[in-house]
Amino acid sequence: MKKQIQLVSIIIFAFCMNIIAQENAGLTLPTGFKANLYANNIGSARHITITKSGIVFAKLNNPNKEGNAIIRLEDTNNDGIADKINGFAKYGGTGIFVKGNSLYASSNEAIFKYELDSKDEVLNPLTPHTIVSGLLDRRQHNSKSITFDKGNNIYVNIGAYSNACQEKDRMPGSQGMMPCPILDSAGGIWKFDGTKENQTYKDGKRYATGLRNVLGLDWNTETNQLYVAQHGRDQLNSFYPNLYSDAQNAELPAETFYEIKEGDNAGWPYVYYDPSQHKKIVSPEYGGDSKKEGSAEFKEPVVAFPAHMAPMAVLFYTGNQFPAKYKNGAFISFHGSWNRAPLPQEGFFVAFVPFKDGKATGEWEIFANGFAGMENGTKVANPNKAKARPCGLAQGPDGSIYVSDDTKGAIFKISYNK
Amino acid sequence: MIQFLMNGEINKQINCTVKIVSKFTLLFCFLILALWGNAQNKINGKKIYETRCLVCHQADGGGVPNMNPPLDGSTNVQGKDIVRLVKIIRNGYDERVALDGMYYNNAMTANPDLKEDAIADVLSYIRTSWSNKAGLVTISQVKAALFKNKAAKK
Repeated sequence: MKKQIQLVSIIIFAFCMNIIAQENAGLTLPTGFKANLYANNIGSARHITITKSGIVFAKLNNPNKEGNAIIRLEDTNNDGIADKINGFAKYGGTGIFVKGNSLYASSNEAIFKYELDSKDEVLNPLTPHTIVSGLLDRRQHNSKSITFDKGNNIYVNIGAYSNACQEKDRMPGSQGMMPCPILDSAGGIWKFDGTKENQTYKDGKRYATGLRNVLGLDWNTETNQLYVAQHGRDQLNSFYPNLYSDAQNAELPAETFYEIKEGDNAGWPYVYYDPSQHKKIVSPEYGGDSKKEGSAEFKEPVVAFPAHMAPMAVLFYTGNQFPAKYKNGAFISFHGSWNRAPLPQEGFFVAFVPFKDGKATGEWEIFANGFAGMENGTKVANPNKAKARPCGLAQGPDGSIYVSDDTKGAIFKISYNK
Repeated sequence: MIQFLMNGEINKQINCTVKIVSKFTLLFCFLILALWGNAQNKINGKKIYETRCLVCHQADGGGVPNMNPPLDGSTNVQGKDIVRLVKIIRNGYDERVALDGMYYNNAMTANPDLKEDAIADVLSYIRTSWSNKAGLVTISQVKAALFKNKAAKK
């Protein structure tokens, strides 16, 4: 009997601890903010977008068990949890964006458009319009993340299918190609007309170049400019152990956030950004020695983040729910690193970049942390051990923000308690 | 005389025992050497893993989702096709192939400078580490695989 009581109390204790641990869905947030699990286990949720009526659409990297790769989520009783969930589309991908009554979604080589009715139900789930096709997909960096300007122009990332544009990718001693031929069709942001069907490269325009891979991009509607967050190169220590130690590689190069004007060149593969020297440094594949400064023609970042954390989405906050300091600032989700090994990994959080008078201050802070689910703040040793990895970001009509996770497919809703 | 005979028998017995003991000692030494050799191979394999493989495949062999495939629990890694494994280590790998039902996007680095014994050691380490319980890989298996690899390249 005693034993039974003991057992029951242990179970009750464990249950209570579980509830305490799951407060704010396990996330750590600034004072006054709360979080809850809006959805879970929907599949590898990459980017998300939200309609004016609050319907969430998530793009899955791969079709889920039901064979669907776009998921529509609705919270019909307004308790902060999606209770009506269904899906369509058979192609995996990353990009998704609601523009007016249209829903745009990308595979790894094309962009499709769906029509929404007055209830934000998809009218043509099986027969989308092909807006752009034939974009390069050579496996590496193939996510076609998308955003729109205030008009009808789509900006799409076409990532470089290479680490550093070597003659042989990720081969020790292989030189960088000069000029890098990849940049003709990838390694940049392309601009297309969102209203025209059946476009391909010749119909679009290379809007910015020298960007290795951009998952996070958003239009700053306050200043009317595109902002992108780049995934910096990998493996400086693996290929150049004489120039870079494991510890140096863990901090090099910075993950960079750029304010983009048409025609800008961010310098990949010729340079990378060193956050401790505050300089663009010539890549070792192009004759760099870890100190030689790169050409001034290449763009300076507005914020330099720690290396390898993998920025996945950018969201300019235009809502009124959060405190004033967040207005027109940028949230950036970080997937979490792998190339800091053998050192512990970093990232697995959502950062906030404050803006003042339309310019990034250069500062940044962690906004939401704890996605990886590590006990007592321990570092993630291997990214495959993280319970969730932040990916997509979107703002709801009430000013809450949503964060998706592409491991099991959680969606977190973060709100401010007025 | 009796004593002499006895001594002779004792001598014979001693001789015999010595022979048996020395045979056992020899066997024992071989066993120790073999075990020590295996341990050395494993240490060497681990060292190669840490300097060349860990950065992508991670310390626990779990890889990176969507990017670098796991080695721990992998059907191919624990499979019988040693030639394929040797080729991947020597030539690198960059093909769209499902591995245990998942796709991975990063290209694998080639290791043209890794010697036969080093390839055997690192493969043996990978095939017997974490939850993996496959057989060790011998230098002669690696030699045979590299011979086929060379022939295929010509």
